[in-house]
Amino acid sequence: MKITGGDAILRSLEAEGVEVMFGIPGGAIMPTYDAMARGTTVRHVLARHEQGAGHMAQGYARASGKVGVAIATSGPGATNLVTPIADAWMDSTPLVCITGQVRTTLIGTDAFQECDITGITMPIVKHSWLVQDAREIPSVMKSAFHIARTGRCGPVLVDIPRDLQEALIDFSYPETVDLPGWKPPAKVHPLQIREAGRAIANARKPVLYVGGGTINGDASAELLELAEAGSLPVITTLMGKSAFPETHELHFGWPGMHGAKWSNLAMNTCDVLVAIGARFDDRVTGKLSAFAPGATVVHLDIDPAEISKLRDADIPVVGPLATAVRDLAAEVARHRAEGSPPPEAWLEQIRSWREEFPLRHGTSDEWLKPQTVVQTLQRLTAGTDVIVTTGVGQHQMWAMQYVVSEQPRSFITSGGLGTMGYGIPAAIGAKAARPEATVVCVDGDGCFQMTAQELVTAVLEDLPIVVVLVNNAHLGMVTQWQDMFFAGRRSHVHLTAHVPDYAKLAEAYGGAGMVVETEDELEPALAEALACGRMVVVDCRVDPAEQCFPMIPAGAAALDMLEYEEQTVEAHAS
Amino acid sequence: MKHTLSVVVEDQPGALTRITTMFARRGFNIESLAVGPTERHGVSCVTLRVDCTQHSLEQIEKQIHKLVNVLRVTELVAGEAVERELLVIRVQVPPEKRAELVTTAEALGGRLLDVGTDAVVLELTGTPEELDAFHELCHPYGIVDLVRTGRIGVPRASGRRRAQRRLAAIN
Repeated sequence: MKITGGDAILRSLEAEGVEVMFGIPGGAIMPTYDAMARGTTVRHVLARHEQGAGHMAQGYARASGKVGVAIATSGPGATNLVTPIADAWMDSTPLVCITGQVRTTLIGTDAFQECDITGITMPIVKHSWLVQDAREIPSVMKSAFHIARTGRCGPVLVDIPRDLQEALIDFSYPETVDLPGWKPPAKVHPLQIREAGRAIANARKPVLYVGGGTINGDASAELLELAEAGSLPVITTLMGKSAFPETHELHFGWPGMHGAKWSNLAMNTCDVLVAIGARFDDRVTGKLSAFAPGATVVHLDIDPAEISKLRDADIPVVGPLATAVRDLAAEVARHRAEGSPPPEAWLEQIRSWREEFPLRHGTSDEWLKPQTVVQTLQRLTAGTDVIVTTGVGQHQMWAMQYVVSEQPRSFITSGGLGTMGYGIPAAIGAKAARPEATVVCVDGDGCFQMTAQELVTAVLEDLPIVVVLVNNAHLGMVTQWQDMFFAGRRSHVHLTAHVPDYAKLAEAYGGAGMVVETEDELEPALAEALACGRMVVVDCRVDPAEQCFPMIPAGAAALDMLEYEEQTVEAHAS
Repeated sequence: MKHTLSVVVEDQPGALTRITTMFARRGFNIESLAVGPTERHGVSCVTLRVDCTQHSLEQIEKQIHKLVNVLRVTELVAGEAVERELLVIRVQVPPEKRAELVTTAEALGGRLLDVGTDAVVLELTGTPEELDAFHELCHPYGIVDLVRTGRIGVPRASGRRRAQRRLAAIN
């Protein structure tokens, strides 16, 4: 029996086990939406903007470990997906984007809503197809999912002209892919593991520098084995946050620009630095030539192109991280059993740094402090099944510092691209993936306004999320930079705390809204928001003067970090 | 330092663009580029000349290798590969000087392709260095048009076969 190309797309998604897709219909994708109307087992979540749909698919992928699917029409629908695609590219999120294209007869004529989306996205996808023949749809879809989730995860794009969605084809979903040029590393070299194991076992001051690849590679359990086998301190990057339980005694914070001082001290004075699914990003290293000087670098990654890209690896280990880290754990355990001593003095040193240089922030009689907001949220959700998403900026860094992640995939943020507006749609996608979890978006007021329309999606699609708005009335991180590096000349960063009225906006979108202005109001409001089961925005009006510390100025050496000047001290729970 | 890369790709839409986009995006400069079919049906070879450090070359090779349509990346190491390029040139030359130019060109292995009243078209196939020399030679006469194909090459049949060095770090 013949089916249409649009039906073939849906049968392909079903064959891949896709449960949810996120999208918006439009002219060039209508035959596929018509096929949806005829029936599919895949739930469609109707977003209000394609960027929202894309970030939802990302949040879904990051929370579930499955491939996220976003679908949009040609032209502006497709270009609105560019930001999520770029974000998924930078943060290695498995994503399949399906876009309608104008009819094959119209391609190249500047037809209505025509846009060369495969051309536009070429530098930011793992691969893409402009489907030329409806009969290719099943094999292209199979290849798209295969490429998105194998090797280093990332986005792929399938652009399908409208007439091919209407064409009738014989559908059979292939069992294998025919991709002779796609051979991601499948094995780990045992000699490299042996060498890495020896270096780690003999190190006096080892550090595990854990990035997002550890989560993408489902290597969290193996990481725990490795850390415990060798008594090795673990430092997780922003993308690696939640790869390792932050309540564990071997977790020692986060590196980089707004990382903890004790973490940066440990990373920059270690003798063996074990990078696991991390890529020596400038926000982590600061001035690269001054980063971890003298350390022997062991670099584990699925992507051979990351090895020695920025920092030369002394011992490269290429391969799937679950296998690599498990093998390495066994190797380190063997060395320890044979008498190589755990680095007790080093662990003690890092602990004393943590005592000496804890995270600090000021207090105020007048103002609620943003850190207090995140700390209170943490206290109320500790030990529960909670997923935290964030936007980008100061609030994101405070979330990194004060949220204590316990389970893998429970902290979802835009790291590499730094996409403001990521938090709300990503939270909705995470809620679709894990409806039983409490999903909280810690957002900033600038970020909120970039994708706030998706609050409608949260309400109407029954994906209730809690938005904790760290409202400092400014584009806070830009303000901080202007104050610190541009002689305090404030240039277009003031947003105001009260326009829009965020609580009323939440109500207008069909949810609940609350305003918190004092510390006394904070805990009851957050508790109520977490319990209410509805989409809710808690507008926390915080101190606009609060700055985010510690901080390594861009381009400075990591050890030249700036600290909070006031005296108030609060130690982190972990 | 200059390097020649031989990239074997599936003959798919966009395959060449993906390679050149990668160069542009990561800030690597392509000095010359030649594309054409190979001995295998549906498989093309892209030969690129790049001027970069050894570190950048390794990055380039790894990044190209990640592209889905790319089957193989090899460096054609100088001295261990046979490299050729084609040059076609239109030279302005008065009738009384024509014979001298053509004789010199032919002595260097060039061929006369077309003759007009005050110009000739010549071709030369050779190593890029030979082409440089030929170019220099035509210069005094007045070059109207000059095009070169960009170099292509294969590893030598004789001697060591190290030319087809596949990057060890890739798989």
